Amino acid sequence: MSSARATALTNGPQPAPASGEPMRGARILLECLLEEGADTIFGYPGGAILHVYDELAKMRGRIRHVLVRHEQGAVHAAEGFARSTGRVGVAMVTSGPGATNTITGLANAYMDSTPIVVISGQVATHLIGNDAFQEADIVGITRPCTKYNYLVRDVHELATIVKEAFYLARSGRPGPVLIDLPKDVSAQSCVFSYPSKVDLPSYKPSTRGHPLQVRRAVELMMKTDKAILYVGGGVVASNGGTELLALAEKLNLPVTPTLMGLGCFPSGHDLCLGMLGMHGTYVANMAMAKADLVVAIGARFDDRVTGKLEEFCKHATIVHVDIDPASVNKNVKVAVPIVGDARSVLEQMLEFIPEAPPPARDEWWSTLRAWQRDFPLSYRRRDDVIMPQALMCMLAEITRGEAICATDVGQHQMWAAQYYPVRHGRSWLTSGGLGTMGYGLPAAMGAAFANPGRTVLLVTGDGSFQMTLQELATCVAENLDLKVVIMNNGCLGMVRQWQELFYSRRYSEVGMSYFPDFVMLAEAYGARGLRATKPEDLRATLEQGFATPGVVVMDVIVSEEENVYPMIPAGAAHYEIVMAPEGDGAPPEPRDLA
Amino acid sequence: MKGRHVLSVLVENRFGELARVVGLFAGRGFNIDSLAVNVTLDPAFSKIVLTTRGNDAIVEQIVKQLRKLIRVKKVVELSDDRAIERELCIVTVQAAGSAARQEVERVVSLTGARVIAFAQTAFTLEASAASQEIDQFLELLRPLGIRDMVRSAPIAIARPGIEVAAESVPPLGGVA
Repeated sequence: MSSARATALTNGPQPAPASGEPMRGARILLECLLEEGADTIFGYPGGAILHVYDELAKMRGRIRHVLVRHEQGAVHAAEGFARSTGRVGVAMVTSGPGATNTITGLANAYMDSTPIVVISGQVATHLIGNDAFQEADIVGITRPCTKYNYLVRDVHELATIVKEAFYLARSGRPGPVLIDLPKDVSAQSCVFSYPSKVDLPSYKPSTRGHPLQVRRAVELMMKTDKAILYVGGGVVASNGGTELLALAEKLNLPVTPTLMGLGCFPSGHDLCLGMLGMHGTYVANMAMAKADLVVAIGARFDDRVTGKLEEFCKHATIVHVDIDPASVNKNVKVAVPIVGDARSVLEQMLEFIPEAPPPARDEWWSTLRAWQRDFPLSYRRRDDVIMPQALMCMLAEITRGEAICATDVGQHQMWAAQYYPVRHGRSWLTSGGLGTMGYGLPAAMGAAFANPGRTVLLVTGDGSFQMTLQELATCVAENLDLKVVIMNNGCLGMVRQWQELFYSRRYSEVGMSYFPDFVMLAEAYGARGLRATKPEDLRATLEQGFATPGVVVMDVIVSEEENVYPMIPAGAAHYEIVMAPEGDGAPPEPRDLA
Repeated sequence: MKGRHVLSVLVENRFGELARVVGLFAGRGFNIDSLAVNVTLDPAFSKIVLTTRGNDAIVEQIVKQLRKLIRVKKVVELSDDRAIERELCIVTVQAAGSAARQEVERVVSLTGARVIAFAQTAFTLEASAASQEIDQFLELLRPLGIRDMVRSAPIAIARPGIEVAAESVPPLGGVA
């Protein structure tokens, strides 16, 4: 239908200007992106960024632009691209509302330390501060939710700024960087030359840990029987999975990953206790509560992990490896602080380990195995309704755990974290720190662009999906291969769960009185829509969905009243973990914590 | 315990950097009691001296967040016994009649303040001293009638012979 129109809007690529010729700022920006290896931009045009889009039209074939349907989608897509590859993701938007629509994505990337660069158009420099059309002080607005941001005031500084922005985004503790480019600066010309290195006199992130501290940490791990490795997103970000596996195996140490760390240690490995924290496994949380030594690597003692701080790891000596000095001693007092990149420090630790048989830790492991045996993840099997956990198990089986799994935020996210066996780093995309509903679809889209040939699975909820589902159009337009599974319980499940457990079942605004027909909606967008309502239909529906190429939306109607367990209530201690109720499934007594 | 803390922040002299420093406090709901900024001997850098109140753990976290800022080169805490503090006060007092003028002269000789301007009925004095001494200076002048007064933020420097933690020592044992 739209192919003739699309062709009419397509120009042939034009050659790059000869070197030494002056170029417009708009062109310099794009040449800088190519110098950084950023050949994919997720973006949305508008007035202040028009010069850049004009240059983009001349560069087809050299740089790929993905036209999203909302700027928030552009930033989450850049995040999904970055998290699934380790490369810096790029988004580009116009001034004013285009820029303000990126804020949720920037804040999300800041919390989860995801390297992205966002380029926003800005009104011309002589109009800044004049309440010009589509003007917003985006540098001011994004100051607290970016690692750094720039207002480009002169075309001569543009190349240096882009170079620094990429370096800052990916080095140290990674994060989002915003470049605000006024329209007149993108029109000014100068000779383009890309700097070979950055000059940031005040920015010197540590990479290697202090050797004496590393040696102390290794000695503690060797001699402390009841020890545990608590590993987070820093291990994923530094690609330290191989070194982590070697350390755990050499020292026979149990490992518990955080929500952001899933995949950095193979799920299903003998030493893996599963995720810890509010909805973590019984064994992982009890191990933390009873350990004598906790070695945190690339994790930041988030409140969803620690629970009640005064009770957190009360008996344990704590070693903390983190690239961010501000994360050390922030929530928890640390005995052995090691500032450095997770993989580098893991490598250093491996060098210090003597060639000797690993500590047996017999008593510790027999305690852990008993907890695993007696309190596994469990749920009620029912044949009248699809249980969300059963859905996750079937997705794990059908994809053999090899998919890149993206999620939104809520109950489905926790069930995916508990039951989807993420085996590789960079194969798990979730909004951990900010908890952004609407992250899932665009993030999965970004990952699908970056990983052609791999199965990309989005597990979402009926609430989250409706926040950014307009990106279905982008996915279809770009012929992506993407499988969307909506865990449809007809309500805002996690909020409902909290109201049930902590607000005496006073349900407040958790049931949307109208839901779109997600199958028809998928078809309206040109995707394939499927639905499963009964347990006996589930397998056939999923198998058909995964066998169908392109964008498939599977609307799976699941039990409405199911809760996520285990659960450590907010502000409780690890040993106060609440397990799924037995028998007829009567929920535990409500406790008003509000 | 809400102790007073004096922080000295060496930051690259570029637009927007002061806002980043100040924003760290505002975003956490902490007040900055005073703030002084000027360029250093190297015009590429500015020094910010600020005072705030908070318990030690909160201030430790703020210091770490300040050090984390991309353009901040060095942050040191200048506590009382290791630093010298000065603030500038300019004050205009009523001084009509010879008794009042004599009282102004007495305060000037007592405190080391200077007369920097005068008119028929008023004097403008300047004093530079530690904050508590400025408080005392103003108390001496109060009976005369203070017409207008302005105080700068305190600035502070480490006492000679005291080594403040140099920025070449990375925090918490990291190696650059």
